[in-house]
Amino acid sequence: MNRKEILFGLLVAVILAVIFSPFASPWPDGLEKVAEDKGFLEKGEVEPTISSPIPDYAWPHFKSKKLATSSAGISGTLIVFGLGYGLAALIKRKA
Amino acid sequence: MHIPDGFLAANTWVPAWLISIGGLGFCLRRTAQILKDKMVPLMGVMAAFIFAAQMLNFPVMGGTSGHLLGGVLAAVLLGPCAGAIVIAIVLVVQCLIFQDGGLTTLGANIFNMSFVGAVGGYFAYNVIRKSLPDKRGTIVAAGIAAWLSVVMASSVCAIELAISGTSPLRVALAAMAGVHALIGIGEAIITCTVLGFVLKVRPDLIYNREA
Repeated sequence: MNRKEILFGLLVAVILAVIFSPFASPWPDGLEKVAEDKGFLEKGEVEPTISSPIPDYAWPHFKSKKLATSSAGISGTLIVFGLGYGLAALIKRKA
Repeated sequence: MHIPDGFLAANTWVPAWLISIGGLGFCLRRTAQILKDKMVPLMGVMAAFIFAAQMLNFPVMGGTSGHLLGGVLAAVLLGPCAGAIVIAIVLVVQCLIFQDGGLTTLGANIFNMSFVGAVGGYFAYNVIRKSLPDKRGTIVAAGIAAWLSVVMASSVCAIELAISGTSPLRVALAAMAGVHALIGIGEAIITCTVLGFVLKVRPDLIYNREA
């Protein structure tokens, strides 16, 4: 992949995370819905083992829900891009 | 399908952690042997795309949504081992930074989505592709495998819930496989769309395509 292709791929991901994520369906996902229907949802309501900086894909200090989601989206997208690329480069160098 | 803390008992999440750590260790060593230069940035791009796409829940039926898992998509492009690593990176970041999926259950989530989803899905893709060798066959095989990967991962999740005593197997399995049979259709559509595009512009990025 050349630089232009890498940027194109990253740009697609960033656009999805920033522009489309605020419009994602707010409905519970498959597992959550099953937990709700089958009566074990409350088992998951335990204190989280660690405190996450951006819980539930929303930066806490944004008033606007859409902005909070979009900024969480771009943060996560860039973090996993860096980790994926970085880990692969490390594996390649050690190989 | 990110299992939160509390859903699984220690009799389930501890072995799941051990299996996932062992599996990732194997995948890292294997990836070191086969990693091609063109795959290095692709691992970053796939992690970014899958993370972003997992934020985009789509409605599947009254009051339920689903999102891409991306296991088959990653594995078709990067192979099963690097694909499993990419999914694990996404899951670790989602757990630690976004509180999506528990820390005790992270091992089980990696087991379900990296190993059942990406690796298991890749083997399904490989078997189906053997009888469908052309470009269209690659997409059809990936689409079927994508659907299967979601149903398989959700079924394994149901088994884990049952072993933990959270929900009886028959109840959990029917409910999880049922709803994920619908979510899997979305998985197949997204997987086929992205792979169709890659096959058009950079068919050489598909893992092991000549084989």
